[in-house]
Amino acid sequence: MNNIAYLVPLFPLLGFLINGLFRKSLSKGTIGIIGCGTILLSFIVSLILFFDVKANGGVVVNYFNFIDVASFQIPFAFQIDQLSVIFLLIITGIGFLIHLYSTSYMHDESSEHFGRYFAYLNLFVFSMLLLIMGANYVIMFIGWEGVGLCSYLLIGYWFKNINYTNAAKKAFVMNRIGDLGFLLAVFWLLSKLGTANYVDVFEQASTGLSSTDVTAITLLLFVGAMGKSAQIPLYTWLPDAMAGPTPVSALIHAATMVTAGIYMIARSNVLYSLSPLTQDVVAVIGLATAILSATIALFQNDIKKVLAYSTVSQLGFMFLALGVGAYTTGVFHVMTHAFFKALMFLGAGSVIHAMGGEQDITKMGGLVKKLPITAWTFVIGVLAISGFPFTSGFVSKDEILLAVLAHSPVLFWFAVFAAILTAAYMFRLMMLVFFGGFRGTHEQEHHLHESPSAMTIPLIILGVLSLIGGFVQLPHVFGGEDFFNQFLAPIVPAVTHEGAEAATLEYYLLGGTIVILVIVYVVTKKLFAVDRFDGVYTGFKKVLADKWYIDELYNAVIVNPLDKLAGFLKNVVEKSGIDGIVNGVGKFVNYASRQLRLLQSGQVGNYILFMVLSIAVLFLVFWNQEIIVQFLQKIF
Amino acid sequence: MPIQYYIILAACLFCIGVAGVLTRRNAIIVFMCIELMLNAVNLMLVAFSKMHYAAAFATDNASTAGTDAQLFVFFIMVVAAAEVSVGLAIIVMMYRNIHSVDINFLNRLKN
Repeated sequence: MNNIAYLVPLFPLLGFLINGLFRKSLSKGTIGIIGCGTILLSFIVSLILFFDVKANGGVVVNYFNFIDVASFQIPFAFQIDQLSVIFLLIITGIGFLIHLYSTSYMHDESSEHFGRYFAYLNLFVFSMLLLIMGANYVIMFIGWEGVGLCSYLLIGYWFKNINYTNAAKKAFVMNRIGDLGFLLAVFWLLSKLGTANYVDVFEQASTGLSSTDVTAITLLLFVGAMGKSAQIPLYTWLPDAMAGPTPVSALIHAATMVTAGIYMIARSNVLYSLSPLTQDVVAVIGLATAILSATIALFQNDIKKVLAYSTVSQLGFMFLALGVGAYTTGVFHVMTHAFFKALMFLGAGSVIHAMGGEQDITKMGGLVKKLPITAWTFVIGVLAISGFPFTSGFVSKDEILLAVLAHSPVLFWFAVFAAILTAAYMFRLMMLVFFGGFRGTHEQEHHLHESPSAMTIPLIILGVLSLIGGFVQLPHVFGGEDFFNQFLAPIVPAVTHEGAEAATLEYYLLGGTIVILVIVYVVTKKLFAVDRFDGVYTGFKKVLADKWYIDELYNAVIVNPLDKLAGFLKNVVEKSGIDGIVNGVGKFVNYASRQLRLLQSGQVGNYILFMVLSIAVLFLVFWNQEIIVQFLQKIF
Repeated sequence: MPIQYYIILAACLFCIGVAGVLTRRNAIIVFMCIELMLNAVNLMLVAFSKMHYAAAFATDNASTAGTDAQLFVFFIMVVAAAEVSVGLAIIVMMYRNIHSVDINFLNRLKN
């Protein structure tokens, strides 16, 4: 069965080639069918692989040697195991829903750009699958760069808007900073172990690597994860990345690409478990990111910005889980987050579609009456992310909290704080958009309509998944089977919470969650389900609304000095230094030749004189001097 | 006579020739100086030829080593005579055209 693994990335690649090369001649319908169909085929193959892995366990499939130099070999191989099939299902499954949604959302684009969009999207899925399936860090890096490129292309999809292209550049540069860390880690690994294959690396990690090596490698890998998964200090690109079309935000900047860092760390869990220092760093940075971005999300007025900061915050939660050693929990949260965050982004897209491109939530309100399906699926998403009992978010987030509590009570209370903030900004968003009175213009109100079925069907499917997706890992207390952790156990050691104490904690968390959600519901309903909302903030709220001025800080500390340096190099070093040398050589030659020209006088006598002098010089220089000396001695 | 005397004489003749070519403007004098240099070289050829012959004769009285240079010199003199006739003809033509044998007037090719 595993010999069909190559089909999974092959289909999107074919889709990319067909849509990319023939985008001018194909009709929109054909492009849509090719774009969605290839991903659907990949999804079917992924399902087959999933059941195969479930029955027979994971394998590594070797295809050919990607690099083959003497004893050093990098095979082009796919690792199909429990961890990768879960990601395969998430990527192809949610990817298919989002492709389907895109056929309707992007329908106003001209046929050529429609084709370009689907070509990029298919290329993205291909790269992401390569990243997940690769059996060594080098193949993963190919996918890692590929998804970064596609992210750049799709953020800057509307490239005529200079702000959007700037956002795309920012995302690309930030990612490159992280990629450098990743690359250095891979080089380090190769120089110490001579192999980048997961199987070999993890086998030799405890013997072949010193603790310094492990710490350095894991920290550098984490720098890569910081860039790709938008953690402090490299997170600022993700909110700007909302410049891309909304389905792109749902697929790349919520469900899949940004979770690449989590996948990478979960995959390298053997290395991370060997380095407690790195684990602490991961946990603290994850938690700090979760809280910082949650506070920013509280006062954003752009529907996509709120979701973007929420994504950064949830990614922080996942890193927190990884940092405290609960790798399966981190992966589980990737899955549930993919469900409800893709759902909410697609819901936001539906709202933006209905509002005629308006993204400002102060101009929305009361949309539940006009967009019932969008609204209620969005509410499901909000409940799930806020951890409403027995939704998918509840199960994954509670498991994270329990894992953190077992590790450190201090981190636990910070994590609870971040979770409360999550509920707060999400309920605020929901109230402002869907409840209260409509605050936009009359034309907008007239234009409001529920989206077509190609957009609502993915919403419903994702809504159902957000509700019940958690049941694969329901705690024992509530009659769960621990299926998810057990499935992953061969690859990723699971942290289980057994016994009466864990059960009591579960009940405390359940009770606490309900109390907090009720309070948040009441408060936000009073504050935000209103007919008038100006969205102007003062004082500390303004600091939060302006994102802690982190972008300004980066501009002042890094971007502007670099700009100045570049300007200095351009205007001073380049203009007067390099250009001066080049022009100086030219001028000198010009001057010297003007002087030398005078030697050509036309007088035969002069020429002969030069000839005689030159010959005399040649005699002196080249003749064997001893012979001359002897000769002269003989003569005189 | 030691060979050094011939060498010094030839070198002196050659240097006189060079100095004449460099300093004089009269084409005929320059021409004569060129002949002087040519004959300085001829002198060297003859002198060395005689030296080699004498050295070879001391061990083998049937040797003809170096004698071919003596013949060579005659060739050179014949060729030089031919060359002189052509050169003098050119100088005569020059005098007919520009009424001067000053080589510094011969800068028409300049520019």
